[in-house]
Amino acid sequence: MVTLENQTVVVQNTRIAEDIYSLWLQAPEIAQTAVPGQFISLYCRDGSRILPRPISICEIDRKTGRVRIVFRVVGKGTEEFSLLKSGDTIRVMGPLGNGFTFEGKKALLIGGGIGIPPMLELAKQLSCEKQVVLGYRDSTFMEEEFEPYGKVYLSTEDGSQGVKGNVLDAICYHQLKADIIYACGPIPMLRGIKEYAREHSIKAQLSLEERMACGIGACFACVCKSKEIDGHTNVKNKRICKDGPVFYAEEVEL
Amino acid sequence: MNTSVKIGNIEFKNPVTTASGTFGSGMEYAGFMDLSRLGAVTTKGVASVPWPGNPTPRIAETYGGMLNAIGLQNPGIDVFIRRDIPFLRQYDTRIIVNVVGKTIEDYCEVVERLADCDVDLLEINISCPNVKEGGIVFGQNAGRVEEITAEIKKRAKQPVIMKLSPNVTDITEMAKAAEAGGADALSLINTLTGMKIDVHRRTFALANKTGGLSGPAIKPVAVRMVYQTANAVKLPIIGMGGIRNAEDALEFIMAGATMVAVGTANFMCPTAACGVAEGIRQYMTAYGIEDINTLIGCVNDR
Repeated sequence: MVTLENQTVVVQNTRIAEDIYSLWLQAPEIAQTAVPGQFISLYCRDGSRILPRPISICEIDRKTGRVRIVFRVVGKGTEEFSLLKSGDTIRVMGPLGNGFTFEGKKALLIGGGIGIPPMLELAKQLSCEKQVVLGYRDSTFMEEEFEPYGKVYLSTEDGSQGVKGNVLDAICYHQLKADIIYACGPIPMLRGIKEYAREHSIKAQLSLEERMACGIGACFACVCKSKEIDGHTNVKNKRICKDGPVFYAEEVEL
Repeated sequence: MNTSVKIGNIEFKNPVTTASGTFGSGMEYAGFMDLSRLGAVTTKGVASVPWPGNPTPRIAETYGGMLNAIGLQNPGIDVFIRRDIPFLRQYDTRIIVNVVGKTIEDYCEVVERLADCDVDLLEINISCPNVKEGGIVFGQNAGRVEEITAEIKKRAKQPVIMKLSPNVTDITEMAKAAEAGGADALSLINTLTGMKIDVHRRTFALANKTGGLSGPAIKPVAVRMVYQTANAVKLPIIGMGGIRNAEDALEFIMAGATMVAVGTANFMCPTAACGVAEGIRQYMTAYGIEDINTLIGCVNDR
């Protein structure tokens, strides 16, 4: 059940790295039903910014009724969110999208850049054997938060930490094996993972991103190309906000 | 208090509908509001066959507005008739079906398929700026507007609303042409063609380069065009363009619109359309207005 909460209270907002913020929201109804891989839409207060910002859920705490997002400041909207203080209120809609499907015995959780946060709640809830691969451009964040849930491997483009290169370089270097891949990150990374999964006959669930307007499946702004004709759209594309954001790699053309 | 209005012989419980393309066929919004609280639901444009739409990115936010170049993606009339009409009929609201096509024959095929369907009005989109064929191609030339209106009127069983483009030198010329072609009503405005450039990447923000500008930023343009059109033709007008609250809607009504459509505001808040309908009632109560129809075109010179 999707809820629209006009007065969601900010519990805590912390800068955890350069331009990266961790925001806890008191959102009991969202926390009650949200699953890993879903997202929420956050609305700006400034009237010049009319569209909600879709941001993946990073952690869900049902007991306290809180959800956490971790986002990067990439424009004026996220800059506005970065300035939120405890006690401030914000309009939030969620949970949105489908989320990950739990399956397999040995999982690879792969996060790239700001695609890393949604992998945390998944790592917490998945009960199988887990290996976590996190890719960064240079400076790292959140990597220690994954340590309780599985062995963590890092890659950085500048080689400052972990394997120099991208997440696939780290997977190859450490010779990691799995029967299921969960991934979220930039499209070039997901494209590489899709190819890797195909070559190694591993099932892969990929979380995609696109510019969104409504966030609920009505406007057809955020579609991705699909292999087959989709049941709802009746053409070869799917709505990322509604049918996704998580798709099996073979379902979508990247 | 009377909030009902009429277009032709069709009565609406209140003057608020949704702007085509922002509301699907209502399914996605039904969880947030009772669609029966709207005077009508105007559907996303439907064509004779499924259309895949444009490449992404299809939207970009602009100051107080947004650009879209969805490209009229739609599942085609077969799915629409089978799925969307029965869905909407569960609610006590009027159904306005927006019709799109690449050729006059395309439009006529959809209109003929809808002739035996349980829908209340047809809105003919001759104003989409984001497709290479059809859409605005018909809406920027008075002769073409009259021709397509007349062809559709020959076949339509329901009242026909022609949706006009603001991307013209004089919108009243197009309005008069639609009236001459036999239109029962007009809706305006569709989006204004715009462009956004990402200066960091030195690329167009939209894959389509241009898109249709909508949202609060365009409202004064839309109010002006509704006012001009209301003074140029006798047809009832559905006014739209940046409406997000009752005050905005009342500007259009006072400028001469019989009904109003809420579009981009649905993205700003999924209950926006209901909020506009409720806000109009509150305004009427506050000002002691017995009948909404007394407000239509009531604006006075200072």
